[in-house]
Amino acid sequence: MSDKVKVTIDGITVEVEPGTSILNAARQIGGDIVPPAMCYYSKLEGSGGKCRTCIVKVSKGSEKDPRPMPKLVASCRTTVMDGMEVQNITSPEVLEARSGVVEILLINHPLDCPVCDQAGECDLQNLTYEHGLQKTRYEFERRTFDRIDIGDKIQLHMNRCILCYRCVFLADQITEQRVHGVLNRGDHSEISTYIQQAVDNDFSGNVIDVCPVGALTDKTFRFRNRVWFTKPIDAHRDCPTCSGKVTLWYKGENVLRVTARKDVYGEVEAFICNTCRFEKKQTSDWVLEQPTHISDASVIASNHYETMQPLPVIQVNLKLQQANKIELEKTSKF
Amino acid sequence: MEPLTNKKKVLAQKPLTFAERMYLPAITKGLSITISHFFKKEATIRYPEVEREFSTNWRGMHSLKRDEEGRERCTACGLCALSCPAEAITMIAAERKPEEKHLYREEKYAAMYEINMLRCIFCGLCEEACPKEAIYLDGPIVPSDYLRKDFIYGKDKLVEAPLTLK
Repeated sequence: MSDKVKVTIDGITVEVEPGTSILNAARQIGGDIVPPAMCYYSKLEGSGGKCRTCIVKVSKGSEKDPRPMPKLVASCRTTVMDGMEVQNITSPEVLEARSGVVEILLINHPLDCPVCDQAGECDLQNLTYEHGLQKTRYEFERRTFDRIDIGDKIQLHMNRCILCYRCVFLADQITEQRVHGVLNRGDHSEISTYIQQAVDNDFSGNVIDVCPVGALTDKTFRFRNRVWFTKPIDAHRDCPTCSGKVTLWYKGENVLRVTARKDVYGEVEAFICNTCRFEKKQTSDWVLEQPTHISDASVIASNHYETMQPLPVIQVNLKLQQANKIELEKTSKF
Repeated sequence: MEPLTNKKKVLAQKPLTFAERMYLPAITKGLSITISHFFKKEATIRYPEVEREFSTNWRGMHSLKRDEEGRERCTACGLCALSCPAEAITMIAAERKPEEKHLYREEKYAAMYEINMLRCIFCGLCEEACPKEAIYLDGPIVPSDYLRKDFIYGKDKLVEAPLTLK
């Protein structure tokens, strides 16, 4: 007998290593049945269990104990058992509970998507689009904070934070001593550096990538352009500190932003260093590979071609082009 | 060729009668129709001195709106440019400075906002996409001009005049 355990998620059976979480088992199947996750991040140790968006229904505990679990469980924190049966999108109870979770996540989230730089690639925006209500039922004042500069390259908008703790786990993982954390408790919690001291680690820029909302944003990209007008291209360079594999976000000839490459779950493939992220914004610094694959469902896919040179839409007619050029010179002379 | 159907009307070419050869009755008949139109209601108007009233769902020149305090509503979110099927809209955003709070509604504003009126097809999708109720196609007909560059309307032509208290 193999030591793998069998788990059935929405009627699809998969064999996984014992000790795998339900979420990771679902990710091995892939597709629509993967529960969304706002706080769990596979590259960050200890993350998960905060946001409750990944809740699922366990309709059969295991082969030995077939009783269902009494409550919906967080799939990122629950390990699979042999013969476990899990319902995610097939259970209306789960979908209803998830839309409740989204509503609670949005209680203190400002509706400033038109201003926010994360809009277009925001996990919370996508989640709300799928599960959220059209209107808020919350009548009280939302909590507000002043913007905080973490170093000169990262900006923290505490208003938008959903307290997923990803950035805190990241800071714990990449540095020896703690540089920032969560202050206060409950409704008053906020992400902060101690006495706003600068996070000066070489990999601190990755908090921007792990943040599922627009709470931590790149100051060098602040208000420069909307995400969906920029064209992502995979590139690499020989970096002494990190893997050097990044996505460059082009607008015309200019690189507006450099981020790590993200997979289908919005998780980075490898963390990149601050030199790559903030300093190298010239095409000459990079070796271009190919345009990043963008899902059709994403707004970034508008006008995004997955070939380096877009296919010509009209036949090239040199004679006509020459005539047009002369005509343009005539009109622009005035 | 023999006609296949009997729908063809065969005209007999007869010589004109005396009254027809006079032409006068036909001329008076034609003139009376012309003269009768002098006393009917005019179907045309004298544009540009007189302008027709636009219908309520008319879509004309764009205007960028101000809020009740006179601040610009546009926050340069780019949704109008994204929704534009003709790709007529471009913009550059900028961050509002603390002393500019009376000028712009949000912390981000459009430093440059251009609509190419030659590209625009006046579909009204920008108006529908706008989350801030900042752009409306409520203006008149876009005036004609000679040069292409003069059809690229910037903020100087698009932003509506601030309310003046009398």
